Amino acid sequence: MKGKVLTYFILVIGALIFAYPFLWMVFATLKPEIEIANIWVFSKNISFKNYSIVLNKIPIIRAFFNSLFVSLSVTFSVIFFGSIVGYALSKLNFRGREFLLILILFTMMIPFQITLIPTYILIAKLGLVDTYAGLILPGMMSSFSILVFRQFFLTIPDSLIESARLDGCNDLQILFKIIIPLSKPAVSTVGILTFMSSWNEVLWPLIVIRNEKLMTMPQLVTIFVVGGQAGSQLGVQLASATLLALPIVIAYSFFQRYFIESMATVGLKE
Amino acid sequence: MVKMKNFKSGAGYFMVLPYIIYFLTFVAYPLIFSFILIFHRWNIATPMEFIGFKNFIRLFNDELFFKSIFNTLVFLSVHIPLQVFIALFFAQLLNQKIKMKGFFRSLYFLPVVVSGVVVTILWQQMYAYETGLINQVLVEAGFKKIPWLVSPELAMPSIAVMATWKNVGFYIVIFLAGLQSIPKELYEVAEIDGASSFQKFFKITLPMLNPTVVLVVVLSTIGGFSLFIEPYIMTGGGPMDSTLSAMLYIYNQAFYFNHMGYAATLGFFFALIILTVVIIQRKFIERRIY
Repeated sequence: MKGKVLTYFILVIGALIFAYPFLWMVFATLKPEIEIANIWVFSKNISFKNYSIVLNKIPIIRAFFNSLFVSLSVTFSVIFFGSIVGYALSKLNFRGREFLLILILFTMMIPFQITLIPTYILIAKLGLVDTYAGLILPGMMSSFSILVFRQFFLTIPDSLIESARLDGCNDLQILFKIIIPLSKPAVSTVGILTFMSSWNEVLWPLIVIRNEKLMTMPQLVTIFVVGGQAGSQLGVQLASATLLALPIVIAYSFFQRYFIESMATVGLKE
Repeated sequence: MVKMKNFKSGAGYFMVLPYIIYFLTFVAYPLIFSFILIFHRWNIATPMEFIGFKNFIRLFNDELFFKSIFNTLVFLSVHIPLQVFIALFFAQLLNQKIKMKGFFRSLYFLPVVVSGVVVTILWQQMYAYETGLINQVLVEAGFKKIPWLVSPELAMPSIAVMATWKNVGFYIVIFLAGLQSIPKELYEVAEIDGASSFQKFFKITLPMLNPTVVLVVVLSTIGGFSLFIEPYIMTGGGPMDSTLSAMLYIYNQAFYFNHMGYAATLGFFFALIILTVVIIQRKFIERRIY
């Protein structure tokens, strides 16, 4: 019993350490600048002034829609192509299949540091700097997702596919009408992981986007804070950070279990 | 039968074709192009200039690059042990019959889903010398203020602590999955033999968890080697270049100075270091525990 009390005590301390800073941040954005440094969250002088400064200085609403468009496009594409290739690798016979599988495993091992600059040059030569395509194209497929789909499809019995084929379905119809509806766990895993990493990506946008109107949300906030536009006003900086955190925290609060389970599968994919 | 097989084969090629195109464009081409770039001087605007091995000679004389690699290793040497220890500790606590287990797990996981940009802006305030939350708590508790980001010795370890705070929830979840995969019978047998919980941890839990430990170390190493946005926002690489990570240095060479050829050489060399470290780690840890 004594052990249990200590366990709960440590767990609560842990919860405070992980959650309190966020709580503090949200309240800090509502306080006047001189009160921000206070460790406690409450203040009598609540106002949304910091948010109106952020909204006036940078196109953060537009950046939200840029991020949403880019992340959704990338996620949709990764699921679409990932499932098609995963299907071919698990359910179809063709010469070179094993080789392709090895190739995909190989691409997963390449550190992105080696391809980053040549990929930027490619995007620049194609005239895609400062376009949505420049943000989306390099992320359209992912080896990891192909393997997640392949792994999952292997557990679906071939008899299902054979009978659909006898009914006159072609492979794309089989995939999207029969296999995908049976593969919701794989789709949600790939979907959540891809959306989250695309939404939070900041290095690539910093490289290919210079036009403020096309910036993604994390990029715009980074430049706002680093570039000095936010001035030395801490409340304004934290307000921009809060706006950036908000969409994903809302999504997380609804789909917590799926977020955590998707991330846990990364651990099982060895 | 033969006909059937041909039909399938065609469909297979048709379905993997998009990936082949993607692979050629965004994997093969950049890889091949990086081999060309490393022998050239190029600022994108003017034509490429072949310079042989000059990029490599420059690299081996580039003290700042080696400092940036050293800084990244400092980051890793604080980050990885901390990450493994704290994640394993909390995973052990949560791997019991506990009320509100899901609630705690969700809270610990919160910093994982939030953008590193948010975390960095927040921690920049928390680490501030005079007004930062952490120093205020320290002063209240009767300690001295700590120059977290001001001191060149402490700045990188401070960033490593922040990164641990951000990622540890993810590794708690991974360790929890690992712990739950250990057969309960092992512990039951050990209990019959009168093993202490200390012995059970070191004789059963840790050896059985070896694959998970390897995974956690490798994933945090790969993540740590791409350290970029945290110093970019927080310190700009300072004070005295102590938080200049290798990735930040490569970024500056490429996109601040426009030294594309040289930056590609740095990226190439850095990728080799990453691969070497990861391979050595796997060999080393997998052998040591068994």
